[in-house]
Amino acid sequence: MSTNGHIEKKRLETPPAKFKLKIQRREKEGAPVSWDTFELPYRRNLNVISALMDVRKEPVTIEGKATTPPVWDMSCLEQVCGICTMVIDGTVRQSCSALIDDLLLASGSDTVTLQPMSKFPNVRDLKVDRTKMFDHLKQVHAWVELDGSHSLGPGPAISNEVAQERYALSRCMTCGCCLEACPQYGDDNYIGPQAIAQARLFNMHPVGKTDIDERLNGLMGEDGITNCGNAQNCVQVCPMSVPLTKAIYETNRDITVNALFGWLKK
Amino acid sequence: MSSNGIKIAIVGGGLAGLAAALKIAEAGHEVDLISVVPVKRSHSVCAQGGINGAVNTKGEGDSPAKHLDDTVYGGDFLANQPPVQRMTDMAPEIIYLFDRMGVPFSRTKEGLLDFRRFGGTLHHRTAFAGASTGQQLLYALDEQVRKFEVTGKVRKFEGWEMLSLVMDDHQVCRGLIAMNLQTLELKAFKADAVIMATGGPGLVFGKSTNSQTCTGSAVSAAYQQGARYANGEFIQVHPTSIPGEDKLRLMSESARGEGGRVWVPKNRGDKRKPQDIPTGERWYFLEEKYPAYGNLVPRDIATREIFQVCLDGFGVGGENQVFLDLTHVPAETLTRKLGAILEIYEMFVGDDPRYVPMRIFPGVHYSMGGLWVDFEQRTNVPGLLAAGECDYSIHGANRLGANSLLSCVYGGFVAAPAAMEYAKNVERGETETNGIYDAELKRQQEINDSIIKSEGGENQYKLHEEMGKWMTDNVTVVRYNDKLKATDEKLVELQDRLKRISINDSNLWATQAVPHARQLKNMLELARVITLGALNRNESRGAHYKPEFPDRNDDEYMKTTVAEYSAEAPVFSYEAIDVSIVEPRKRDYSSGKKASAAAGTELKPKNREETRPRDPDNKEEFEEAKEK
Repeated sequence: MSTNGHIEKKRLETPPAKFKLKIQRREKEGAPVSWDTFELPYRRNLNVISALMDVRKEPVTIEGKATTPPVWDMSCLEQVCGICTMVIDGTVRQSCSALIDDLLLASGSDTVTLQPMSKFPNVRDLKVDRTKMFDHLKQVHAWVELDGSHSLGPGPAISNEVAQERYALSRCMTCGCCLEACPQYGDDNYIGPQAIAQARLFNMHPVGKTDIDERLNGLMGEDGITNCGNAQNCVQVCPMSVPLTKAIYETNRDITVNALFGWLKK
Repeated sequence: MSSNGIKIAIVGGGLAGLAAALKIAEAGHEVDLISVVPVKRSHSVCAQGGINGAVNTKGEGDSPAKHLDDTVYGGDFLANQPPVQRMTDMAPEIIYLFDRMGVPFSRTKEGLLDFRRFGGTLHHRTAFAGASTGQQLLYALDEQVRKFEVTGKVRKFEGWEMLSLVMDDHQVCRGLIAMNLQTLELKAFKADAVIMATGGPGLVFGKSTNSQTCTGSAVSAAYQQGARYANGEFIQVHPTSIPGEDKLRLMSESARGEGGRVWVPKNRGDKRKPQDIPTGERWYFLEEKYPAYGNLVPRDIATREIFQVCLDGFGVGGENQVFLDLTHVPAETLTRKLGAILEIYEMFVGDDPRYVPMRIFPGVHYSMGGLWVDFEQRTNVPGLLAAGECDYSIHGANRLGANSLLSCVYGGFVAAPAAMEYAKNVERGETETNGIYDAELKRQQEINDSIIKSEGGENQYKLHEEMGKWMTDNVTVVRYNDKLKATDEKLVELQDRLKRISINDSNLWATQAVPHARQLKNMLELARVITLGALNRNESRGAHYKPEFPDRNDDEYMKTTVAEYSAEAPVFSYEAIDVSIVEPRKRDYSSGKKASAAAGTELKPKNREETRPRDPDNKEEFEEAKEK
């Protein structure tokens, strides 16, 4: 530990010469699951993506069996596009920012295990289809209504505090970690933290606020907000530290207030 | 509003593509939006630092005219100036529009938009949302376009990759063929006009700061069908990236905008920890050489200086790396203003940049070159337009930081009305053109079939790696003609070997092997355009630097390089550029005093006075808008 409170990161003290990558395979949706294990040379700054790239160049298992190159999604590799999310050693996260060194240190084993997320259709191997998450955004009306994109001068003045709070919500990259970790999400009985937080993002905006009814309506059905069980898994796995439980709490409050006013209006 | 049956196909759903889609849908017309990834995951998310616009909220006397001057001067006088002027004039209203969409821009105490400084300017001109501005702007457009998706004006085809254009007998673009990346199904998209907005070709260099989707493949396909490609040799190498096994991660220029200082130990091979090296034994080489701009000299200059310092043996630990130091800035300020990018560093390297200087090195970042377009974003192919990084029009020989997000939106906003105008007047001739879609589908299916059957034993991923290494070693920061020639020979060899790959994937469902083989073929074509363009340009200008020809040569080379495809090799010609607004002058960032002296304009060469916008009325409009 240095004098200014900065804690230096722990690294493997005696790094192995090789490690194993165990990958869940599936030819297509509905096909049976199988496993392949590959052995790879260890390098200090290797992440899961680089390891997968190594496998792709020579897809031969530890038993010497030639197989197909594993299929996975990747794009930005900077943990900001969200596409490369998978379940790594049992925890959902982005594979670009999962360093092999950290994983081996945490598990104390010589193997890193990769699986696709379980809450979405499994296209092939580690690739899933998260279309549903984008549909959620339609359901909650996740945008500000504009009069048009022509020149109309600046937007409303907003305090930096509100801007920062909205920024925290707006960092959500639709990766699906929160939905994977949520015990309630699945079977269309709960929309999940992602969409609720996005509804909150726009409900906090001075102009977005005018459509709050439409946004809350999208959350009041059977497949809306009601079935949140407050397990709080979502905030723990969110790679962008989006204040998900706070957004759920505040949105619930908005719904209560809105229902009350709606009642009085009648 | 009557739609008049107009349909525009847009290829690419990043900032430029979404900007165009928004304008077209808003006008009541239909859009088919084709993207290899869900559009919200496009490479625009990686842009960190901000978006430029001379709003002058800091009372520094900034103006669109100065923004124009900084841009063409920073670009070393290779850009046609009228579109740059139009862009810098439009910049403040673009920022205001994003503000209205609800982008959580950082704010001043008064609740107004905050601006930071960026490279190549002395003004606070960059609006920002933390250090993930690209992500935030992309999301805002994604949200607005989703609204039109709900109303049916925009149809998204996500997970589809463009393979080729559909051209009629008169070489007019009538749509495109795309492939579903899951099923490998091919589909013809009929359109009155096509807008390319596919981003840059970073993967041609193997490792770069670009996303894995930035292959340039679709642009290369258009080039091979007759679209001209301009200024391909101008590739920006960003001075500060974090070297990695899989990619070079960007460390945003905003790190220097917020006070980051670049240094190396004065003693070669100093083994001490950076914190233990006293100030007197540190060499702040950029500040020493460029007292006015300091660490915020344009990217090509910073890159060459860092490269040279390492070449001279001053690299940290004798390696290719220098320190980028933020530790003198309070940790709380850094977290607030740069949190997102500092997290990236900590995540991938393991050190916390708030307490330990970062180790960085230049990495391939951006292509100033791209499809040739006119001042309305139209390519030479009727019915084909281009916007964003995939067009060449704005940045000349070097792009200034925070101008890319701006040029993407600008390009989309100009391409959209131009495409609609074209579509209104184009002759449809539906019945006689029907056969062209089937013919092109068949041609593309045959290419797929031959790839699937191919069993020559070469591994395509290894070929890609080899191409990337040659391109990075020989066609980036410093270029020599003999090495450029050797690189082109290598590329031709790789093209030949690519014909003999085995795809190693018996399962064609969602296979990545077939799309990658097609991308690689297209990348090799672009690689040749880049390499031979560099070979032919015997001068140094912006990002293109040849020690054998160290000076800019306006007489011979103040011209746009134009490459046209032929099966043998690209055919080059040169086009005069429009410098009617800002008179070309020598680029020199080393004169002048420190920026903190706040001397502003006097730091600039004298002919700066000549750089007023041609339309003074416009300027007044901005002055008014700013005061509101």
